[in-house]
Amino acid sequence: MANFKLNINGKKQDVNVDPSTPILWVLRDSLQLVGTKYGCGIAQCGACTVHINGAAMRSCQLPVSAVGDKKITTIEGLSENGTHALQKAWIEHDVPQCGYCQAGQIMSASALLKDNPNPSDADIDAAMHGNICRCGTYTRIKAAIKTASKIG
Amino acid sequence: MSKIKTSFGRRSFLKSSAVAGGGMMLGFSWLASCQSKTEEEVMAMPKEWFEINSYLKIGDNGIVTILSPNPEFGQNVRTSMPMLIAEELDVDWKNVIVEQANYHPENYGFQFTGGSRGIMSRWEPLRMTGASARHMLREAAAKAWQVPLDEITTDAGVLYHKVSNKSAGYGEMASAAAEIPVPEEVKLKEVKDFKIIGKSHKNVDAKSIVTGEPMFGVDFQKEGMLIAMIEHPPAFGMTLKSIDDTEAKAMPGIKDVVSVKSYKDGFEKGGFDTNAFSEIVAIVGNSTWEVMQAKKKLKIEWQLIEAYSETVVGFRGDKKTVNIPAGLESTTSHQIQMEALAAKPGKVVRKDGNPDKAFKDAAKIIERTYSAPFLAHNCMEPMNAFAHVQGDKVHVAAPLQIPALIIPTIASSLDIPVENIQMDLTRMGGGFGRRAYAHYIVEAALISKQVNAPIKLIYTREDDMTNGIYRPTYQATYRAALDKNNNLTALHIKAGGVPESPLFANRFPAGALDNYLAEEWSIDSNITIGAFRAPRSNFMAGAEQSFLDEIAEAAGKDPIQFRLDLLQRAAENPVGEKNDYDAERYAGVLKLVREKSNWDQTPSNVSRGVSAYFCHSTYAAHILDLTLEEGKPVVQKVCCAIDCGIVVNPDAAKNMAEGAITDGIGNALYGELTFKDGAPEKKNFDTYRMIRMGEAPKEIEVHFVQNEINPTGMGEPPFPPIFGALSNAIYKASGKRHYQQPFLGTKKVIG
Ligand code: FES
Ligand code: FES
Repeated sequence: MANFKLNINGKKQDVNVDPSTPILWVLRDSLQLVGTKYGCGIAQCGACTVHINGAAMRSCQLPVSAVGDKKITTIEGLSENGTHALQKAWIEHDVPQCGYCQAGQIMSASALLKDNPNPSDADIDAAMHGNICRCGTYTRIKAAIKTASKIG
Repeated sequence: MSKIKTSFGRRSFLKSSAVAGGGMMLGFSWLASCQSKTEEEVMAMPKEWFEINSYLKIGDNGIVTILSPNPEFGQNVRTSMPMLIAEELDVDWKNVIVEQANYHPENYGFQFTGGSRGIMSRWEPLRMTGASARHMLREAAAKAWQVPLDEITTDAGVLYHKVSNKSAGYGEMASAAAEIPVPEEVKLKEVKDFKIIGKSHKNVDAKSIVTGEPMFGVDFQKEGMLIAMIEHPPAFGMTLKSIDDTEAKAMPGIKDVVSVKSYKDGFEKGGFDTNAFSEIVAIVGNSTWEVMQAKKKLKIEWQLIEAYSETVVGFRGDKKTVNIPAGLESTTSHQIQMEALAAKPGKVVRKDGNPDKAFKDAAKIIERTYSAPFLAHNCMEPMNAFAHVQGDKVHVAAPLQIPALIIPTIASSLDIPVENIQMDLTRMGGGFGRRAYAHYIVEAALISKQVNAPIKLIYTREDDMTNGIYRPTYQATYRAALDKNNNLTALHIKAGGVPESPLFANRFPAGALDNYLAEEWSIDSNITIGAFRAPRSNFMAGAEQSFLDEIAEAAGKDPIQFRLDLLQRAAENPVGEKNDYDAERYAGVLKLVREKSNWDQTPSNVSRGVSAYFCHSTYAAHILDLTLEEGKPVVQKVCCAIDCGIVVNPDAAKNMAEGAITDGIGNALYGELTFKDGAPEKKNFDTYRMIRMGEAPKEIEVHFVQNEINPTGMGEPPFPPIFGALSNAIYKASGKRHYQQPFLGTKKVIG
């Protein structure tokens, strides 16, 4: 066990965990920030996507010891009260079915839009390739990303 | 207006006025976030709630809380079921808050998510609930204003007596209404008067979902809760022999290692107690990561099972004997066994006319064999359950589809009365049939009992994929006899699988042919199987609809017209009496999709495949436009027509259809679980290929047949036919028929 001072959603958080613990489980177990989801644990599904200094990362493969003071943003910290253009677009397009993958989808999409405010279909396909939606909401996800890119 | 007897139990209408102050909503444990409203709206909470019946409470300010009875796994019943109540209550949807009902069969009837039966079975009862509450409010107003009841009208949560110009919000009359006896009879609206039903309403949970609020089983937290994980045998056909837990127990954060036996000796299993691994090892500790690490240190010896038979009580109380063989099964050995059985006569399930003679007299016979592999459900949220056993009581919170069917098992395994089980129904991160088999809750309860603490059991993805209740592997051989004029004179289906047959002998094209033979076979297995989105249909539709295209081609007919001709025969002069479809509605979706897709003007740059199917009381037809890009199939567009009667929440129903289409294309192209020596050969998404963003259809168009027939299912019916539409389009594009799913598998290009 070791102490880590993390910067999560703009707040300093102290946690005492094994250094090998992935950020995913620090968020879920130690900090009760459960919006970030476990889907595979091997960086294959995207359910656990967070931003590290603004870049989309799979938190299931990211040990707490590797993060240092880099800024971690989770779905809970993406916006005040769900007002990010993507969150609004997601509601507008009524995207979710079960909803389990959606936080990860939104985190991947928001990293994409930050780098590429007007993504093409191919850009979206590439950026979102790592996020599985078992319910098959891909067409709506794509439409919502396009809507957000227009208003964002 | 139709008058309907209020047939639901009086107990569900036991009223208690002013159940709690407004704080109740805010303080309502972790599930508070499962409510559908924003903070500002929650701030506008009433000071007092009045419970009109078990499904609804009205606040003194007119806010209405509606309890949604069925478990939610993405089919959006938490929006559409409250819509049914709100419609007849005649309330403004803006003022509705949705809450999830916990398991309480007396109050909420059969809380079941599966078989696409939710809306269908709740259509009348939930509307009655709303209508009887509205009636009680009107009676309260009539009394207060001393005017005749039938002069009281309502509109959007307000009561009116137009003659005397009086009006009052529901909130003002709620307290008095709660004292009014439940009416014996209520009037339901006519379809033309619907204000809420039939108009799209956004998912009440969308905001919570996109902000990452806790709502899934796996998000459940409780003070003092420990994390549990399991080790199950590495292969089907094996069971626990012995455990060496010394090293695991010495790992940091680990509290205990226990073994769990899910069923008491002699327990008579129900049809949903499916569980290949009823003896497992559980490891319990402080945090998920610590438990995951220590789990690897468990040293467990497994041994082969012996063959056994068990009696299973089916859904309708019927008993059947299931034979579980010993041995370690492999996909290769399954295939050899399947070929052997397919070559022998099967069990005849239906025979019309004289198929033998028709085949003997045929000018041409077409014979094709189709197959599909086992599939894992792969719900994005792995199986999990919270359980806290205290003495002879247990509190469970878990994602599951059919609570009523696991309750007796929990009671038996814990040796406690059924009434001592408190069960909260969390949102499910997908179900697809998998969560109808809730053995993980029994496991969680037994672990909690042994370690004497509240625990949350979580399966790793690997545990989830290798401890499945899979879609079986199937095979079907179709034979068609054609006369010299290329008329179809007979059809023969022989279908089977491991361990069940997928055959539906009385479905189309049965009924449309004078000579018809349907046979089936099956092979016992120790690999557990169960319902997977549109069970059996999910294979048969693809095989049948591909075969119909081959016959149409051989007969030189347009594939849609060929199907319509058969359906016309079935409508006008059906063969046999057991045909379980309505030929006219079936033809209706084909005609609609033909029109909407401009079938007669297929764009020259795409290859089109058509397919239609009827299952779960709903008709669906698809036309799929495909291109090949460097040999890779790209689905440009799917146009879909559905007849599910009245569509309660159209945009949500479209979402279901889009999901089913994408899911079907994914499974048809990539879905496959193989076994070697009893062990699943895929354990996670690095090898189990799932459809991803770039492989989904670029466009999906969904059309509904407009009618006033009572609504039927939407979760499953659009799924099976897409397999056929895809395979027919691939043939058009590549010139090659694909008979074995998955069509692509790990290949990049279609061969
Ligand atoms: S849980 Fe991290 S990518 Fe799947
Ligand atoms: S909405 Fe269910 S997995 Fe994406």
